[in-house]
Amino acid sequence: MSSGGEEGGGLVLEMKGISKAYYGNRVLDGVDLSLGRGEIVALVGENGAGKSTLMNILFGMPAIRDTGGHEGEIRVGGRPVRIDSPRRALDLGIGMVHQEFMLLRTFTAAENVKLNREPLRPSLLSRALGAAGLGAGGAALATVDRAALREQARGALDRVGLSSLDELARVAGLPVAHQQLIEIAREVDKTGTKVLVLDEPTAVLAEGEARELLDVLRRLAGEGIGILFISHRLEEVLAVADRVVVLRDGQVVESKPARETSVEEVAERMVGRRIEMGERLGRPLAELRTTAPAPDAGDVHLSLRDLAVDMPGETLRGIDLDVRRGEVLGLAGLAGGGKVALANGLLGLHPGRAREATLWGRPLPLGSAAGCLARGIAFVSEDRRGTGLLLDASIARNITVAAMRARRRFLRLAALGPLALVDGAAERAWAREMIGRFDIRCTGPDQPVRRLSGGNQQKVCLARAFTLEPELLLVNEPTRGIDVGAKRTVLESIVERNRRDGTTIVMASSELAELRLVCDRIAVLADGRLAGVLAPDAPDLHFGLLMAGKPCPAQAAA
Amino acid sequence: MGDLRGRLGDAVAALGLPRILIFAFLVLTWLVAALATDLPLPGLLRDSIVRTGQNGVLVLALVPMVRAGSGLNFGLPLGIVCGLAGCVLAMERGLAGAPMLAVATLVSLPCAALAGLGYALLLERVRGQEMMVGIYVGFGAVALASVAWLVAPVTSPDLIWPVGGRGVRYLVAVDSAFAVSISVWRPAGIAALVAVWLGACALVALFSRTLAGASLDAAGQNERLALAAGIPVRRLRRLGVILSTVLAAFGIVIFTHGQGLLPLYKAPLLMALPAVAALLLGGATIARASVWNAVVGTFLFQALLASGLPVVNALVHQSAQSAALKDFPEVARLIVANGIILYALTRKG
Repeated sequence: MSSGGEEGGGLVLEMKGISKAYYGNRVLDGVDLSLGRGEIVALVGENGAGKSTLMNILFGMPAIRDTGGHEGEIRVGGRPVRIDSPRRALDLGIGMVHQEFMLLRTFTAAENVKLNREPLRPSLLSRALGAAGLGAGGAALATVDRAALREQARGALDRVGLSSLDELARVAGLPVAHQQLIEIAREVDKTGTKVLVLDEPTAVLAEGEARELLDVLRRLAGEGIGILFISHRLEEVLAVADRVVVLRDGQVVESKPARETSVEEVAERMVGRRIEMGERLGRPLAELRTTAPAPDAGDVHLSLRDLAVDMPGETLRGIDLDVRRGEVLGLAGLAGGGKVALANGLLGLHPGRAREATLWGRPLPLGSAAGCLARGIAFVSEDRRGTGLLLDASIARNITVAAMRARRRFLRLAALGPLALVDGAAERAWAREMIGRFDIRCTGPDQPVRRLSGGNQQKVCLARAFTLEPELLLVNEPTRGIDVGAKRTVLESIVERNRRDGTTIVMASSELAELRLVCDRIAVLADGRLAGVLAPDAPDLHFGLLMAGKPCPAQAAA
Repeated sequence: MGDLRGRLGDAVAALGLPRILIFAFLVLTWLVAALATDLPLPGLLRDSIVRTGQNGVLVLALVPMVRAGSGLNFGLPLGIVCGLAGCVLAMERGLAGAPMLAVATLVSLPCAALAGLGYALLLERVRGQEMMVGIYVGFGAVALASVAWLVAPVTSPDLIWPVGGRGVRYLVAVDSAFAVSISVWRPAGIAALVAVWLGACALVALFSRTLAGASLDAAGQNERLALAAGIPVRRLRRLGVILSTVLAAFGIVIFTHGQGLLPLYKAPLLMALPAVAALLLGGATIARASVWNAVVGTFLFQALLASGLPVVNALVHQSAQSAALKDFPEVARLIVANGIILYALTRKG
């Protein structure tokens, strides 16, 4: 079988027992994946399921090698190979179309398609050098045969259905759908491309365009190219793929012919319930929740109508949402769904607009962080090291910096306004208290946060938000990339804040299992819109459907 | 005993190994001067301190802008030109010594604040390239000022060309508030100069302990965090640029009183470079700088120039009377100053 070659419709790509750990954290665990000649395989899974790591391994990305390589075997066309660089992957005939376009915008479509593979014609200089025995140097000075380049590019563009596109048009002004197809044309034009990987190719396309792209993929598969297709849009996946492979927590949980499965089944397999995690985190949280019942969730605390936020990769396209007083509202959804954009848009870290936004019934102007803080809102960013911390400043300063300005705390001679002096002693004393309360492992309040672990850094971020004594706390991805112990502290402190102090909480997280432990209601976002609001104990299937942007029969009253 | 060693370790860590090595080299230079040349050691020490006091505020002027996250202020000449305008105006009124210093400062500060605001607004449009744009702002300011000196309707005999006509002359001697004459310094004068410098340092250090200073630091270290914390980032960044420009103006007023000459026309063109080199030598980076860095760096850099170069010069002249080696100290100074800057620019934050 392995020596069967490509001719007999054998396998063009086989990945066997692929495992990978980053710093002891296992992200791939014995993954098997195979791709036949002319086959379209769809790879689906939640964020962090291991899709990108698997693709990085296939492409020999330096990030893999630098972190200790991977286990398992890769075969291309039946032969075992070692892919240690992207260059090697290309030589083996593996082509990739990236999520972000890798096109030179000021070049024409034809030039992009033939980039670095231009047809050449000997020039006077290259001939002279060749005559002098410097043939290698001469090739670099050969002239590009523009007529041939145009002709070959034309052929490649026709193959991907871009017959109507002028091959001499500059890429810069073209619609995204065309750019995407030019990129595919470039990959298939490479002689010997056997495997084509497309990472979320339809994410940037309108529905009609996406359909056209799928037609092109079918045609290319018909020519014998194996296609690996990564997408969150399950309907597309089922429409175009021959086989669907579901990854969850670094393992293949399903590999089935597409016609034997359904959107519902795939969605349920993708989400799954992470029982182990629930057990480890669940008990103390559950105790906290039962001993302190939810504050009377009645009035509307924050009301949003048609909120749209231009956050790259997480665009929010207009949602209506009411957050009730004293509740913990979860925001769930796949990457790119827009769940983290809500808080960023309210505070103005990314431009947002809304038909109406009110806090306690009074209008809340969007985009003013100072205004939000003054009205009792605090924010913990998903971008911990980028937006969340002053990495070289002390723990104390990181905790107090927001409250100093917004609440006039930790100041002496506050009457002097901006010239009031920072009260270092009060700052440190408060920091010590927070270090104790959050169990921040450190040498003391003066330690720079750069050297803390991710979990302790996250606790510092949370401590800063709590120091503002907010009525409404917006938390994005509070447990991303932190260890289990820190996760528990972080989630417990959020729940405690809610149950004991009555703080309203809006928490966006990619970890659905956590949201279901902590939240009173969970709003699911898909493609920048509100897909629905569910109770935390709603079935997996319903979450899966909403995340995939499909309607779901039973929804909690929004 | 162990405690003493611990404290010593802390001191080394606070100062940084490079600075300890440079200081050791400085001490070595003084020893060589005392033992192997006929240079007077007290004279070398005095020159080191005077030059430190004279240049100290110009180096200090760089600190607020680094802290605000706008990098090293290569546009220092903009503030310098404002300070020089204050000096010329004060001297045109016939003032000298301390009154001239006071009036020049009072006149130049609002002028520098205004120029700094314009500079800050310009830098906002070229975010990320402040240092390069700053160089050209400095060049432009010096060129404009040169034209202004040429056509300034001054009448004071201290300022006009000896042959008469319009404009301020090339070399203008300043009646120093600290020194008796260019080369004659009394201890009281030196103490006053150093006190003014350290006073300015203390004020800047105090500012960084205020709410505005803390916010400026936060804005400089992490703009996105500052925005999320409701800190008016743009306003504070502007404040950093203005403070830097104002301090540069005051710095040049002090400088002229140490030097005894007005650095008019093209003289301020490259003045940002030694200041930047000194700050970096003090342990600062493009992204982080403290008053302490400025104090330590100014002393090390200026003492190295004031003692190291005469000693090298004396040794060279004793060993070989070659004319080719005569310029060696000046060349060495350029190599050291520009080398430090180059080194620092290749390092990230």
